[in-house]
Amino acid sequence: MTQAIFHGSDADLAHKAKWWSSRAVIYGVLILWTVVALFPIYWTITTSFKTAPDVMQSNLIPFLDYEPAWLGWRSLGLSPDTIGAESTVRDQFVSRFSNSAIVSLSASGLAVLLGSLTGYGLSRFGYQFGPMKNADISFFFISQLILPPVVLALPFLVLYKELALLDTHIGLILLYTLTVLPIVIWIMRDQFMTIPTELEEAALVDGQGVWGAFVRIILPIALPGMIAAFVLSLVLTWNEYFFASLLTSTSTINLPVMVASQTGSQGISWWTMAAISFAAILPLIVVGVLLERFIVRGMTAGAVK
Amino acid sequence: MSGADLIHVVNPDDISDSRKRFGRILIRGSFLLLLVVVLAQALQALGVWDLGFTNWQPTLFAWIFWCVSLCVGQVLIRGEQGKRILFVLPAALFVVSLTVIPLLLGVAIAFSDWNLSSPTGPKFAGLGNIQRMLSDPFYWNALVNMAWYTLGVLVEYAIAFGLALLLSSQIRARRFFRVAFLLPLMLSPVAVSWMIGKSMLEFRFGPISQLARALGWEDPAFFASGDLARITMSVLDAWIFIPFMMIMLLAGLQALPTEVIEAARVDGASAWQTFRKVIFPLMLPVSLTAIIVRIIFKLKLADIVINITAGGPGGATDTVTSFIFREYRDRSNVGYGTLLAMFYLIIIIIGLTGLIRGLGRWMRPYS
Repeated sequence: MTQAIFHGSDADLAHKAKWWSSRAVIYGVLILWTVVALFPIYWTITTSFKTAPDVMQSNLIPFLDYEPAWLGWRSLGLSPDTIGAESTVRDQFVSRFSNSAIVSLSASGLAVLLGSLTGYGLSRFGYQFGPMKNADISFFFISQLILPPVVLALPFLVLYKELALLDTHIGLILLYTLTVLPIVIWIMRDQFMTIPTELEEAALVDGQGVWGAFVRIILPIALPGMIAAFVLSLVLTWNEYFFASLLTSTSTINLPVMVASQTGSQGISWWTMAAISFAAILPLIVVGVLLERFIVRGMTAGAVK
Repeated sequence: MSGADLIHVVNPDDISDSRKRFGRILIRGSFLLLLVVVLAQALQALGVWDLGFTNWQPTLFAWIFWCVSLCVGQVLIRGEQGKRILFVLPAALFVVSLTVIPLLLGVAIAFSDWNLSSPTGPKFAGLGNIQRMLSDPFYWNALVNMAWYTLGVLVEYAIAFGLALLLSSQIRARRFFRVAFLLPLMLSPVAVSWMIGKSMLEFRFGPISQLARALGWEDPAFFASGDLARITMSVLDAWIFIPFMMIMLLAGLQALPTEVIEAARVDGASAWQTFRKVIFPLMLPVSLTAIIVRIIFKLKLADIVINITAGGPGGATDTVTSFIFREYRDRSNVGYGTLLAMFYLIIIIIGLTGLIRGLGRWMRPYS
């Protein structure tokens, strides 16, 4: 460490060699893991354009190894030559897709609404509900996270049957809101705690009510946190399979349940499965690439102080 | 009650007695209405008095009406304080309605002999379900599997930490790598079940099987033996969830005070020493949070098991959730399934509480 290093000297060259080799290792591992993370997605896209011989020869690279065909997408009614025609498969797919969209967007919206109010209240006011103070109330909400879905599944099945809520959008929306609410409250409470109280105090002194101050002053500042909570909820609810498979039967089946029911059937072809799987994951790939910043923000709330 | 308020502005409230009285009447009246509706429906359910209800939705609406009245009543009776309560009350009522009530119902179901496909309704079973659980080898097998799956979290943590360290080092295209590493978490586990579990691991043409053959493994059957199948399942779940821990750890690394690490370098510490003696201890609180949250998610593992192996071979990959899922799907056995789930919940609560207590003293070592 005390030795002076001159440009071009032995010590300098050795240092450079070490630097370059460490660079090579770092980028090597990074690229390797990128392949591990992305290859299944690549495989799914390319398989949806394969024909039977291509699957059996395990051809990997389109145009080079094999000539892409629209087989998978034609069976979904989404290839260029079938897109204009009537297709029951496509109608079915679109209905599953819109079910997923309706349920996950509504549930995330509702969870962010309820969670923001709660997070704000808990970060600003001292409550006492019976013996429970703020810390207990926060714990009550956040501890819901450990509740495994299977504990609620069967009681909900019985309850929804009696309430005629089985196979309805509203039933799923309520349940999905419940599953993401603890995470949203966690994120939003953290978010509001970083906003200084002087802001609302000024508004309150000016004669606004607490709700007026909340809506006009605090919400705009907390917007990034709300987007983060919303996007994270969207990811969790879009992919939810367990409740959906138990509580839906015909009209409100969502995409994961559709994919699962196809996986089970024997005669299904690889290219069709690949096309369905890819169509199911595409929306969230887009969300992940465009809104990565918010997802990261949501996941790290509360973990790092 | 406003002793701990962080906002120190008091708006004077002048609430007339008639307004307070109206609020109380609203809350009590709606509660009375709820009681009347519940009683009427209960009478019909018991066959005493047929009122023509087709389902319990009237009770649901009466319940919702009572909840709304309770919220409105707070503002009527307490004014400004009521408006503050209104921030937390809707979510509290929501969670109580959707967890506490179903959980209480669940306890009742758990002690009943109830098969949804049989024409006879629930029968009280006493301790019958518990006896059955104690002698059900498949359930205990699933619980032991959960312990193995949970241990896998430590391996995931090591990989995630390594990736987070790489991402926090001086590299180009950091955002590209971060997005690429994050993507597996975005994918639906059910789609992943097909993409990897069914197609890439397929014995004849799957690319991973072919790679394994090229590397000299003659017979790459990933789900043939129990141990191997469980490992394959853990790897698949790790593939989905490593990004989750990685992101948390990366945020922790980026929040570390750089002076401390520079000081270690200046003092002549090697990269390994810096990591072992400085970075790792400083990261302990974040690490433990990440591990605990990950374990909570791991205990819910089901989707990929249900869709790839359905618990096989011989229950080797079964999780508690997938086991109960099949108990219901194949046998419609609501009573027994609920008891198993309740028992699982108790184990989770005891285990996690113990874990958090035990780790608590390392969570905040510097405060």
